[in-house]
Amino acid sequence: MKTETHSTLTKNIAPVLSFTVLILVWEATVRFSGWDTNVLPGPYKVFESMIELIANGSLFKHTVASLFRVTWGFCLAALLGIPLGMILGRSPIASMLLNPIINFLRPISPLAWIPLAMLWFGIGDQPAVFLIFLASFFPIVVATTVAVHSINPTYFYVAANFNFSRKEVIQKIVIPAIIPDIITALRLTVTIAWIVVVAAEMIAVQSGLGYLILDSRNGLRLDYVMDGMIIIGLIGLYLDNIMRRLGRIESASWGMSQV
Amino acid sequence: MGHIKIDSLCREFVNRRKKKREDSGLAYGEKVSVLEDINIEVEDGEMVCLLGPSGCGKSTLLRIIAGFDKQSSGSILIDEKEITGPSSDNIFVFQHSGLLPWMTVWQNVELGLRHMQNAEEKKAEIQEYIEMVELDNFEQHYPHQLSGGMQRRAELARALAVNPDILIMDEPFSGLDFLTHMKMREEVVNMHQFLGKTILIVTHDIDDALIMGDRVVVFSKRPSQVKMNRKLDFPHPRIVFNKQTELSKLRDELFFMLGVSYAV
Repeated sequence: MKTETHSTLTKNIAPVLSFTVLILVWEATVRFSGWDTNVLPGPYKVFESMIELIANGSLFKHTVASLFRVTWGFCLAALLGIPLGMILGRSPIASMLLNPIINFLRPISPLAWIPLAMLWFGIGDQPAVFLIFLASFFPIVVATTVAVHSINPTYFYVAANFNFSRKEVIQKIVIPAIIPDIITALRLTVTIAWIVVVAAEMIAVQSGLGYLILDSRNGLRLDYVMDGMIIIGLIGLYLDNIMRRLGRIESASWGMSQV
Repeated sequence: MGHIKIDSLCREFVNRRKKKREDSGLAYGEKVSVLEDINIEVEDGEMVCLLGPSGCGKSTLLRIIAGFDKQSSGSILIDEKEITGPSSDNIFVFQHSGLLPWMTVWQNVELGLRHMQNAEEKKAEIQEYIEMVELDNFEQHYPHQLSGGMQRRAELARALAVNPDILIMDEPFSGLDFLTHMKMREEVVNMHQFLGKTILIVTHDIDDALIMGDRVVVFSKRPSQVKMNRKLDFPHPRIVFNKQTELSKLRDELFFMLGVSYAV
């Protein structure tokens, strides 16, 4: 366990302080740069337009649309990617057969798939979900494979010693052993998913935060653009928080204090 | 149950290192003999301590007996039968904790009893073994929340709960602080007298071997052969260090105060 060096009060105040400084620096830049507020809107204007967007319901609508796509794409990727990673980690033959393909597809940016995705799935949620899936799937597969490979071999000896069946090895050794690594991988991947959803929405759909940003840029409403950015950042912060909480569940937290 | 007969056993490893190492000078594919013509017979219920320089293959021998590894030639019969693979009849206690870190002490001990039908009986049995190693009140703790000595005891409880014929312990006291080491040693001796299982222990500590063993087997350097195989027909508790000087009395007293009653 880590020793608690700072009180919870300090921990809660610190982020408030850093955000306050960030906003002050922003405001100062606006005032002293001499740029037009249409080019660089100040915090107050952005806040005002945020209220406006909340009031007319469009911010909520776009956020839900993006969240919906990220959730679907990300969950699909996790549901298929984790089992595939486990198979690749456990079976040398599967890994010899599939790893070359995965390593070939992995470096291709999901954005390069946009033209194909639009042709196959048309305009709407599906191409966006597909792109998010692609972006999250490969990192999850690779992270899971690595996690399975790094399981301490002693545990497999223990399993053999206690006459574990194949199913029990998966249930009682492999899955619990990789959970801490998987949670870290999901934390990193959910960020990628958010990056991709914005890009996908700029091209393939007519809703979502990415669309809001692109549409506002076309209308030269940079305050709306910034509203979109702020919401994405806040949701990212929140998702990361959820993932970290997952990692603190007691039966999953064994990895943190074990070196 | 728990008779072991090792007959002209050899174990060779093939050098898989492509680049020649300066110190060994072995070519790729060359064979290194680790165990050479080992003959040992372990009687049912005997506690045998294996001593020898590091790298001499003691652990390899244990792993072969546990079914994790295979001999190159020769035979091992456990109760007249060939070893076909790992089995819960021979439980291996690992040098570094073999407890599953994502399971509580209770769940770890339960591993060996997980096929018991009667939930009540199972519960009572688990509780019994946890109490045997004095870990009551720590049932719901995870291994990383326990001290090194408690982890070893939990692993011992897990091993005993299966009721194996043979316990195989690979340096079970390494990494423990001195007093915990002494106490664990005492506990293993008591446990052995109480349960009468065949126990194989690899150790580096001569005192351990002399105090615990019914038999001491000493291995030579690699390729190792049995250098000495002697029965220790002394009653427990044994005292290996016994010069009755003022200082040694004080030493005894200190040991006693700190909870080690006779392992001096």
